[in-house]
Amino acid sequence: MIEVKNLRKVYCNEGVETPALRGVSFNIDGGEFLAIMGPSGSGKSTLLHILGFLDKHTKGEYLFDGKTIDDYSKEEVAHVRNRKMGFVFQTFNLLPRATVLENVKLPLLYSGIKESRWENLAKKAIDAVGISHRINHQPSQLSGGEQQRAAIARALVNDPQVIFADEPTGNLDSKSGQVIMEILQKLNEEEERTIILITHETYTAENAQRIIRLKDGEIERDKIVDHRRKADHYIK
Amino acid sequence: MFKSAVIGLKTHKSRSILTILGIVIGITAIILVMSLGEGMQNLILSQIQGTVGSKVIEIAPGREPKGPTDFLSMFSDSLKQRDFEALMKKGNVPHAERIMPLVFGSESVAYGSETYQATLYGMTDAATRMYNINVGKGRFLTEEEIKSYADVVVIGSKVKEEISPNEELIGQKIKIKGKNFRVIGILEKKGQGMLIGFDETIIVPYTTAQQYILGIKYFNHIIVEADSEENVEKTVRDIEITLRNSHNITDPEKDDFNVSSQADSIETVSTITNIITLFLIAVAAVSLLVGGVGIMNIMLVSVMERTREIGLRKAVGATEKNILAQFLLESINLTIIGGIIGIILGASFSFITSLILSRVLAVSWAFVFPVQAALLGLGVSAFVGLVFGLYPARQASKKSPIEALRYE
Repeated sequence: MIEVKNLRKVYCNEGVETPALRGVSFNIDGGEFLAIMGPSGSGKSTLLHILGFLDKHTKGEYLFDGKTIDDYSKEEVAHVRNRKMGFVFQTFNLLPRATVLENVKLPLLYSGIKESRWENLAKKAIDAVGISHRINHQPSQLSGGEQQRAAIARALVNDPQVIFADEPTGNLDSKSGQVIMEILQKLNEEEERTIILITHETYTAENAQRIIRLKDGEIERDKIVDHRRKADHYIK
Repeated sequence: MFKSAVIGLKTHKSRSILTILGIVIGITAIILVMSLGEGMQNLILSQIQGTVGSKVIEIAPGREPKGPTDFLSMFSDSLKQRDFEALMKKGNVPHAERIMPLVFGSESVAYGSETYQATLYGMTDAATRMYNINVGKGRFLTEEEIKSYADVVVIGSKVKEEISPNEELIGQKIKIKGKNFRVIGILEKKGQGMLIGFDETIIVPYTTAQQYILGIKYFNHIIVEADSEENVEKTVRDIEITLRNSHNITDPEKDDFNVSSQADSIETVSTITNIITLFLIAVAAVSLLVGGVGIMNIMLVSVMERTREIGLRKAVGATEKNILAQFLLESINLTIIGGIIGIILGASFSFITSLILSRVLAVSWAFVFPVQAALLGLGVSAFVGLVFGLYPARQASKKSPIEALRYE
């Protein structure tokens, strides 16, 4: 589903060129749970932005569902992000004055889906992450773990093929982090969604099936996780 | 989309209120000016209509004033006795019901030790039917008194109060320019606010006024009443032809007189009040401009503050158009709310003003809710929101999602 060949990214800042990715190649199949690891500055966030159509690569090739970002107009890129991709961020990025329900509805606003269906779709997504009891709360009334679950519900609401999670447990305590990982695993296993997770913690990365390690913009190691962590025994 | 715009505004309630203050003040001023302007116009028009009958035509010396210097010619002596006689010939102006020469000046009246500077009118007995003159006590001038240069006078209520507040004046002699005049009537009081009234006038036969008071041979005006409203226009033309003949004028451009009907006066008044209103609106519009700049300023701040929100919206699928529309809607919402508040305030102020004016001036100043002005105000405030919201909204829509998400 995702093909990356010799991908390069150079940032240009006031004439100074900074390479962030120096030729990265890998494939991701549909239904995979992949973790991208690396120290800060290794290019993992840059890679995620390119994979998520939030940024353009400089050289090389990136095919998503057989197409590159240049095959789409700006509007179509937004549409692909809206319908095929879901994003989960380290800092949750929920709208502060809106309720959980309103936050989860946000992607629907841009989806072209009839407004009469929004309520049901949003409730289904909120139910899937187990915070139905918090539906009318504002983010400030929720714990960090609950906020991140709301953010996952928002990523899920348009039924995307891929979920990009950028350090989703980075701002959470380990127990809440485990809950988030369990939800991601469940989405991967039960609904066969592709999950691409960015993290710098080996512990978290081992929840995935496969780990790509980046260092200085290059792949250091790409391997299947032997003893995959299962997060489910931590909760309930 | 609209909802998310409203949510954004609620988030910064007090700031939003301060921001729209400029719009509120601008729209309030415009509504107030337009409403009061309309009220003033109605008042003046109703006074013209209430004082001068709609069939009345006024002939003044000098040509129709087109510039400041033309006003001087209004005091010329081009209207003479032979003009009056020419007009009186039935064949010349067949639809003239009544014709009256009019002379006027400012003269002091004395009774005992009291004096008063009054407006003097030399008229005929026809005046009561042409103007809305009501005699309260006594009677008006008679045809006989006009012909005989009689020393009689009808005085306005204010004049009576000033020179003899307590004493009965009918039948008494008062002095005008050293000459004794017998008071034969006192006019009904019209009220203070009236712009055109006879409260401060003294009315004598025009013959007497010309001969013994003003010492002139010409008329200041000649007033003609047509037999019906339909014939007013035709009568105006007949008068013009008659006077041109009498003055040997062939080129209408060289007329040394001008003829105007009530319709003309109404048009003049409307033009003047409209110009004043427009001028005041232009002043109020400056406040709208300032308000618009305020909106732009605060929208730019809002765009900066909500960079992360914009980034997030873009990440979850908002296009540039979506973001542009959202911020434009926010700014238009702001200005329309400001406009609505302004319309309510402006209409309220105008209502209160109309109450005060009708109390203080004792005139019937009708409150007019300016529907047109309200619609205009709404349109203008939406327009201001659109124009001054465009730049900030474009700034917002151009933000790159990753830059925006990284923004702290």
